[in-house]
Parts: sequence; C-alpha cells; structure tokens
Amino acid sequence: METRTAFHKRLREIQDDILVMGSMVSKAILRSIEALKNRDLDLAYQIVADDKKINQKRFEIEEKCIELIATQQPMASDLRIILAVLNIISEVERIGDYAEGIAKIAIMIGDEPPLKPLIDIPRMAEQTVDMLRRSLDAFVSRDAEAAKKISAEDDTVDQLYDQVFRELLTFMVEDPKTITRATRLIWVAHNLERSADRVTNICERVVFVVTGKMEEIGASKY
Amino acid sequence: MNIKLNVPDISARPTDKCVTKLKAERVNLYYGSFQCLRNITLDIPSCSITAIIGPSGCGKSSLLRLFNRMNDLIHGVRVEGNVELDGTPIYDPKIDVAELRKRVGMVFQKPNPFPMSVFENVAYGPKRHGIKSRGELEEIVEKSLRHAALWDEVKDKLSQSGLSISGGQQQRLCIARVLAVEPEVILMDEPCSALDPVATLKIEDLMRSLAEDYTIIIVTHNMQQAARVSDTAAFMMMEPDRAGVLVEYGPTAQLFTNPKDKRTEDYITGRFG
Repeated sequence: METRTAFHKRLREIQDDILVMGSMVSKAILRSIEALKNRDLDLAYQIVADDKKINQKRFEIEEKCIELIATQQPMASDLRIILAVLNIISEVERIGDYAEGIAKIAIMIGDEPPLKPLIDIPRMAEQTVDMLRRSLDAFVSRDAEAAKKISAEDDTVDQLYDQVFRELLTFMVEDPKTITRATRLIWVAHNLERSADRVTNICERVVFVVTGKMEEIGASKY
Repeated sequence: MNIKLNVPDISARPTDKCVTKLKAERVNLYYGSFQCLRNITLDIPSCSITAIIGPSGCGKSSLLRLFNRMNDLIHGVRVEGNVELDGTPIYDPKIDVAELRKRVGMVFQKPNPFPMSVFENVAYGPKRHGIKSRGELEEIVEKSLRHAALWDEVKDKLSQSGLSISGGQQQRLCIARVLAVEPEVILMDEPCSALDPVATLKIEDLMRSLAEDYTIIIVTHNMQQAARVSDTAAFMMMEPDRAGVLVEYGPTAQLFTNPKDKRTEDYITGRFG
C-alpha cells in the first residue's frame, strides 16, 4: 500500500517540470541555429530574452526540491531523485546558456555574408538536442542502460566538432580575411560540443538514481 | 530465509575500542506456538548506536529484549540459537540474569521514574548492588545525572519527586538511573515516543555522547530518528506467518541512501507499511 501519495505526487510533478524545462532548452538550441542560418536577428534577440524564462524555471524547480527536502525528509531513491534533479536542472540551464551564447554570436555576425553553407553545425545541434531529450526520458523512466548509451554518443558530436574545426581552419589558412567569421562559427560549434558534454553529466545522474553509484561514464575528448 | 550479513563498517569510529559486543546467531524466538523471530543473525559493534526499524509487530522489541533476557518474563517464551555478550552465551543456564541486566540496561518507551526523589531514583540501583556510603552514592548520582545531561536542571531539586519533573527530564532521569549501575550496553525501546520534539533532540544528543562509552541499541518507529542517531541500522519485517525476519543490516548512511533490498527501499520511502 502506497503511504506517501501526496509526497510522491509532488515528486512526479517535479520530474514533469524537468521535461518542460528540457523542451524549452531543446527549442532554444534549435532556434539559435535557425537564427544563425537565416540571419534572423529578431529570432536571435527573442532567444536571448527567453533564456530568462529558462533560468526562472530552474529556480522554480530548485525551490520545490528544497521544500521537499525540508518538509518531507526524503530517503533512499526519493532522496537520490531529488539530488539528481538539483544537478540535472543546473546542467540543463547551462545548455540554455549555450543556446543564448549562439544567439548572441548570430547577433554579432549580423548581416555579414555567410562564409559557407552551414551543414555540420546544424547536425551537431540536432544530435545534441536528441541526446538531451533522450537523457531526460531515461531519467524519468530510470533507465541506466539507455543513459550509458546516450553518453557514448557524445563521440559523434566530438567528431563533428573536429570536422567543423578542420574545415574552418582551412578557410582561415587560405584567406586570413575569413578569420573573424570562421572564429565565430568555431565558437558556435564549441558551444554545441559543450552542450553535449553537459548531457553526459545528466546521464551520470541517471545512473546515480538507478544504482546509487556516482561514476564517470564516457569521458569527453574535450 | 538465509541472509548473509557482514559486520557493519565501523571504520569511522575508533577501531581499538570497536569490537563485536553482542552477537545473535540463527536465533528463533517463540511465544508458545507463535514464532516471533526467525533465523536472526547479527553482530552489534561496541561503542556505537545500532537502530532497529520496521513496521509494527515485526519483532523489533522482542529482538531488543533478547539481549538482556527481558523476554524471559513472558510466559511460554522459548529461544533457539545463540546470543552472546562479549563472546559469552547469555542463555547459558549458569548465567546470573540480574548481573546480565546490570551490564545490559534498558530504557523504556514511557518515562517510568520510581515514586521517590530524583536522588533516590538514581541511587536505587547502586544501593541494590550493595553501595551504602552516602558520599559514594552522592558521587554516583551526580556523575550519572551529569552524564545524562540532566544535572544542571535538577541539582537544586534532588529531593523532589522524580515524577514532578518534565517528561523529557524524567526520561533522562531514567537514563541516569541506568548509567548509575555502570552498564556496558543500553537498550532503548522507543525512548522518545512520549516526548516533545525538543526533548527528543536532547535525548538524541545525549545518545550520541553516550555512544563514546556505551553500546546502544535503539528500537524506533521514527525513521528520521534512526537516520539521525545511529551508526548502523537493521530493518526487520514480518513474513506471511507473522514471524519477524531481518531483511537488511548495514551502515546507516547506506541503508537510508541506497538500501540493497527492495523491501527496505519500499518501507523507508513509504511505498508500503
């Protein structure tokens, strides 16, 4: 017989909140790449403004966790879930900051002529967002195996980052006039690479919730 | 059920003092034809606090009372298996039960001071054990009351009735009464369930300081209390025939953050019980 229904209901609500926050951040990443690709400055400014909502959501979830710790004395897996939530929201919030960073780079680039059509950078973004969504699903469904698998996929993002870097380096070597524009795109790729690393941290927390063990799973190349 | 249990990790405590103080091996306890405890095996480390938790009726108090043979007082009780204090079997017929209960003291759920003065409450045990000198008794009373963190509150009311002080003070008086006969082990059966939160925290604080010199076993319904005060924790539950079994026994921090057994997990997170 379930005896702490009210408490467990609030714990489930917090996990729903994380999914909402995850979806806000996924959208921010994808839209930041849209803004960059389409030179859409209005959209870029919108992303910068929306980041405040993401931060707000994070504080909201954090406060709910603190309240549950203070009033419900959670134990065992309940305690691990709340501790994991506190860690995960800070990772997700940081990914939101990377999206905001990309939007700011888009604003910086303004209406400069594009250096080249963007191909690998959008792929990096899609891969990162896909990993983020699945890592949060793995958290909600307590799937440590899925989390480990997702974490391993960070290699794909690292490889794309290598590829983008080498390509842009070639541009810069051939024509130093491209250095400013190429460097800005490297920053974008770097933000995406860091975002994927943050997802691996989320995956580690999923493993912690399920097994109670804190372990590094899949160290990033960068 | 046969569970392999290891001696809990007591490395955080001074190792030279920590040895197995009490031991139960494959213990079965019956009240008449009813089996109350089944196949209980555990080692209780010295100079530490061991908490026993579990749902009502799972045999926590029976397990506790096994260690000073308080169950003997119940008609039709039968114990199988081995229980040892410092390596000596305590259910050996040659054992002096009064001497055993001096070494293994007990504090009960409801404070139960004797209807006599504060002083006489504490002096009662030593007197029974043959101490007659007033000076010696005064020394024991003061030392015990200080050790029970009660001296400052009652030093001016030693001649007042033990029943006139507050509930929390009465419980500490009962602890002082136990300390006066210099036990090695203190068994506590729900010692705070009749006390308010502040008195409860005072008793818990007292338990922590006593754990430096005594082996303490506490039975509690309050899981947060078990988590706060104990070094090692045992989770018990009832099998379908209502016999109590030991499900999990280990370091408190581990039992409350990452229990190994799903039944422990379900109980401490309120998913059953």
